[in-house]
Amino acid sequence: MSYILRRLVLMLPVAFLVTVGVFMLIHLSPGDPALIILGEDRNPEAIAQVHQELGLDKPLYAQYLIWVGHIIHGDWGRSITTHEPVWNAITDRLPATLELGIAALLWSLVVAIPLGTIAAVRRGSAADRIATGVSVAGVSVPNFFIGIVLIYVLSVSARIFPFGGYVPITQDPWESLRHVILPAIALGTAGTAINMRFTRSSMIEVLNHDYIRTARAKGASWRRVVFVHALKNALIPVVTIVGLQIGGIIEGAVVTETVFTWPGVGRLAVESIFNRDYTVVQGVVLLAAFSYMLANLAVDLVYGWLDPRISYA
Amino acid sequence: MAFSHLLELENVETHLRLRDGTIKAVDGVSLTVDAGETLGIVGESGSGKSMTALSIMRLLPRSGRIVGGKVCFKDRVLTDLSEDEMEEIRGTEIAMIFQDPMTSLNPVFRTGWQVGEPLRIHRHMRSRASIAAAVDLFEKVGIPEPRRRVKQFPHMFSGGMRQRAMIAMGLTTSPSLLIADEPTTALDVTIQAQILDLLRTLNRDYGTATILITHNLGVVAGMCDRVIVMYAGRIVEQGRTDDVFAHPEHPYTWSLLHSIPRLDADEHRPLRPIEGVPPDMLNLPPGCKFQPRCPFAVARCAAQEPELLQVREQLARCWVTQAGTRLDG
Repeated sequence: MSYILRRLVLMLPVAFLVTVGVFMLIHLSPGDPALIILGEDRNPEAIAQVHQELGLDKPLYAQYLIWVGHIIHGDWGRSITTHEPVWNAITDRLPATLELGIAALLWSLVVAIPLGTIAAVRRGSAADRIATGVSVAGVSVPNFFIGIVLIYVLSVSARIFPFGGYVPITQDPWESLRHVILPAIALGTAGTAINMRFTRSSMIEVLNHDYIRTARAKGASWRRVVFVHALKNALIPVVTIVGLQIGGIIEGAVVTETVFTWPGVGRLAVESIFNRDYTVVQGVVLLAAFSYMLANLAVDLVYGWLDPRISYA
Repeated sequence: MAFSHLLELENVETHLRLRDGTIKAVDGVSLTVDAGETLGIVGESGSGKSMTALSIMRLLPRSGRIVGGKVCFKDRVLTDLSEDEMEEIRGTEIAMIFQDPMTSLNPVFRTGWQVGEPLRIHRHMRSRASIAAAVDLFEKVGIPEPRRRVKQFPHMFSGGMRQRAMIAMGLTTSPSLLIADEPTTALDVTIQAQILDLLRTLNRDYGTATILITHNLGVVAGMCDRVIVMYAGRIVEQGRTDDVFAHPEHPYTWSLLHSIPRLDADEHRPLRPIEGVPPDMLNLPPGCKFQPRCPFAVARCAAQEPELLQVREQLARCWVTQAGTRLDG
C-alpha cells in the first residue's frame, strides 16, 4: 500500500510536465478561439471582450495556474462550440472507448499469448513461420486499413457484423458485442502482433533456463512446464509492452473510431480539433496522458505479482 | 525380464547436432549402478559426463539425441519408453539435482510449492498436503525454520540453502536413484562439505543409489564406492575408488591425480598441469583421444584406439598399461 502511495507521489512531477505540455501545445498552435466564437462579427472590441471572458488576456503562467486549479477541482472547462462542460463531454464518450479498448486488448492478448507460446515451443516449425509472417503483416498494415477491409468483407459483403455504430453494453450486451468485434480487431491487431513477438522471444529465453530442466526432471509434462513454469516468467516483459498499449488505446481509437463511426473519446478529439474547440482537445489529451500514467502504475503492480524479486518494501 | 543391476547403460551413444557438425558427446558408454551404491563420474568440461546423466533422464537439449545403445532401469528399458512413460519415472524413481542452485529453482514460485510439486504431479496430492510434506523435507535436509522457509521465494535463499531445497525436491518421492550433476561446484568450500555430508547421510539412511558427477577428485574420494573417468565422451577408466586412486591405469587419471595440490606431498614436488588443451570434439585425433596430451604415449596410441579392458584391478582404455607397464613416474 505504501508502495502505491509512493508511486502516486512520484507521478506528481510527471503530471506537472504533462499539464504544462498540454497547456502549451494548445496555446502555441495557431488559430484564435475568439474568432470561432464570434464568427463573422469580429471587431477588435468584441475579440478583446471574449479574450477577457476566457482569461486569454492574462499572462501565460497565470492562465496555466487557473487552468490547473480548475482541472484539480474537476472543472475541465466548457466546450467553446457546445458550451457543454468538457468533463461531461468526455465522460459521455468514455464508456464507448473503454469498451472498445478493453475488447481490443482482450483480442490482442487472447490471440498473442497462446500463439507466441506455440511459436516459441515449436520454433523453426511451419506454425512458427506462419505466426511470424502473420504478425509482421499485422504490425505493418495500418489499423484503418484493417478496419476498412473488415467492414467491406464481413459487414458489407457477408453481412455477419453490423456496419459501424455503437450499442452500450448496459443496453443490449449481445448487440454491443456484435458491434464491438470488428473495431476491436482493427484496433487490437497491431498489439496482437507485437505481443505475440514479445511472448515468443521471451518464452524462448525462459525455456533455456535451468529451472525449466529442473521442472522436467521432476516429471512435469511439457504442457505443465510451458504453461505453469515458463509462462509466468515469460509474461514479465510482455506486461511492459501491454502497459504501453493500454496507455495508447485512446490515440489508437482516434482513427478506429472514425472508421467505425464509434462515438468515443477518439472521435470527440477529431471533432474538437476540426472545430478548434481547444478546451475539449485539452481535456482529451490530458485524459490520454493520465491514462498512460495509470497504465504504468498498473504495470508496476502486475510486475510485483509476477516477479517476487521486485520488492515494494 | 529382470536386470541384475538397478541401472545399466549398454553402449550408449548420444549425439549433439551443432551448427558446425555433429558431436559424439557420449560415445559407447556402458556402466552399472547397484541399489544403494554411490558411483562417481569424473572428467573435465565437455567430457560427456553431464550428457551421460541427461541421456539416462532423457532430458537432452534440443540438439541432442540418443542414437545407439540402451538404458535399463529396474525392469524397464528407458530408451524404449514413450515420453509419457518417461515422465512417470522422472521425479519418482530417478531424481536429478543440478550444478547451479542459483538458477535451478524457478524464481517466481515459492520454494515449498516447488519442492512439493513432484507429489502433486505423481501422487496427485493436494497443494496444502504437498507443502506440508515440503516442510518435513526441509527439516530433513537441514533447512532451519522450515515452516517459514517454504513460503519464501528462491531469491531469499543462500546458495547452500537452495541446493538443500533442490535435494529435498529430489527426495520427495523417495527415488531409488539420485543423479547429482556437480552439486557442489557452485558453492563455497564450507558449504560444499555440508552438502556432501547431507548426500552421504541420505544415501546411508534411505539407501538411495547416487550417481555423483563432478570434476573434483577429492569429492569422489570421500563419497564414492566406484568411479568412472570420462574423456572425450568415452570411459577411459573404471574401477573401485580406492584402486583407481592408488594405482591409476589410464594416463589421464594419472595426470588428474598429479595435477591437484596435496598437503601430504613432498615439499618441493611441483604440480604437474595436464599439457595441451581439452580435445576439439568436432575434430578428434585418430587413435587414443588422450594421446596428444599423454606423457606416456607410444607409436601405437596415435594409430589405433584401445578398448576398455581389464588392467589389474580396474578397467582402462590404454595401450601402455594394457601391455603391462605401470604408471608411476
